[in-house]
Amino acid sequence: MARMKFLCDADRCIECNACVTACKNEHDVPWGIQRRRVVTLNDGKPGERSVSMACMHCTNAPCAAVCPVDCFYRTDDGVVLHSKDLCIGCGYCFYACPFGAPQYPQAGNFGTRGKMDKCTFCSGGPEPDFSEAEYVKYGRNRLAEGKLPLCAEMCSTKSLLAGDGDVIEQIYKTRVAQRGYGSGMWGWKTAYGESGA
Amino acid sequence: MKQGIHLFRALAVALVFVFASVAPLAAQQPVAPNPTAQSVTEQQLLQELGKLQGRITIPDEKLATLQQPQGRSYQSFHERVLPWVGGILVLGMIAVLAVFYFIRGQIRIRPDEYTGRKIVRYNAFERFTHWMTATSFVVLAITGLNYFFGKRLLMPALGADAFATWSQWAKYAHNFIAWPFMLGVLLMIVLWVKDNLPDRYDAAWLKAGGGFFGGGQPDAGRFNAGQKLVFWSVAIFGIALAVTGLMLLFPFSIANVNGMQWAQYVHSIVGVILIAIIIAHIYIGTLGTEGAFEAMESGEVDLGWARHHHRAWIEEQERKGKRGPAVGPGSASAPAE
Repeated sequence: MARMKFLCDADRCIECNACVTACKNEHDVPWGIQRRRVVTLNDGKPGERSVSMACMHCTNAPCAAVCPVDCFYRTDDGVVLHSKDLCIGCGYCFYACPFGAPQYPQAGNFGTRGKMDKCTFCSGGPEPDFSEAEYVKYGRNRLAEGKLPLCAEMCSTKSLLAGDGDVIEQIYKTRVAQRGYGSGMWGWKTAYGESGA
Repeated sequence: MKQGIHLFRALAVALVFVFASVAPLAAQQPVAPNPTAQSVTEQQLLQELGKLQGRITIPDEKLATLQQPQGRSYQSFHERVLPWVGGILVLGMIAVLAVFYFIRGQIRIRPDEYTGRKIVRYNAFERFTHWMTATSFVVLAITGLNYFFGKRLLMPALGADAFATWSQWAKYAHNFIAWPFMLGVLLMIVLWVKDNLPDRYDAAWLKAGGGFFGGGQPDAGRFNAGQKLVFWSVAIFGIALAVTGLMLLFPFSIANVNGMQWAQYVHSIVGVILIAIIIAHIYIGTLGTEGAFEAMESGEVDLGWARHHHRAWIEEQERKGKRGPAVGPGSASAPAE
């Protein structure tokens, strides 16, 4: 069984933000919600690197652990999903997430958050596949259509890889061996406990 | 002369061409140019900075944090440390009080000490402040414990849907009832700080164990050393809860994600400590001490009871010639009896 992961080859990312746009468009993500974003490190300095980041679908996911209502679950593909019907918008998952993935619509006073929204690895939510309710709450279910996440599919430099962890890790390591350098598998150690060296 | 310059220029151009044609050859050597040579890898950056901070092109500044491994520490605090600390403090306090009650029973005074005359101990405003703070604290304690004990204790009984609905309302209650609690803590500090400053009876009272373990009732002023400890706990821990609670009510207004984590560490640990203290306070004020509850219920206590528990306070009232009610700031109620 596949274990779905993301891998951003930062030596290839050109900060075009096509992954961000693809994600927003594919899932009709509302204003102010960022399921995916591109962060640029050492901006304007030697060694500048851009990394496209979203939910990494961690092993032993911190968001799922701290959730007071246990609204998270893991699919057979290793994707971390959650139920917006159970979510109470407490915000703990954002404090726990090493990657800033959970997002909340502003829903009231005193910083009251609405239901959390995050990257679903294009695989919907607890509702039946392809249902209207699933699309409205979680966006398109591309995995059920046999497709991979659109952000990675759209990536013009094939910097962002999405798919079975073993496969994309092998692709990245082959690249590093061939070109002779690589700045690492960003986030993998924190997310999956692997060094990615 | 002019020709010499031209010759020099021609030579220079020729040299440039020679070097330009050599450069691509060098690039084809086995060692490729390394664009990452001046860069740092993720692991180096994390080791040096602790987290990865960059630039983004969207307005949400907190998303400029690419990675904060501190989230894993927050996870282990929230799922390992907090439930244990909270469970031990709350259940431990209940266990200690239960053991004490079964060994020592209720603290009573001799029936002949009662005089049948009443003295005002807390005026209406003091009682209002106490009960406003007390009821809001009980709500905050239950809804607060629900954030980490709920899914362990309540959720199996209620089911996921009903528990999520309850937790949603518990969250609203926690956010809104926080305001009367904060107001109450501030009012209590203003009302009672004067009578809770340390005095000469405190050391002896503490040494005698407050009379809880026999050996006669030590003297005390309006508040004994035990009550003072409760007052200062509520004042200091209450302010700590208010400050960290406001940070959590207005997330990211003054703190980044790591600051928010620390606000939660302080808020939750101080919260369970104060819950344990208040459980002891509730026990002593109701079941534990005969006659204590009347003070906050009607505001009046028997003169003999007051003389037994707060002799120095009664003597002070008598010196002032106030047999009756005029005790405490702003008291203007009718005389007792």
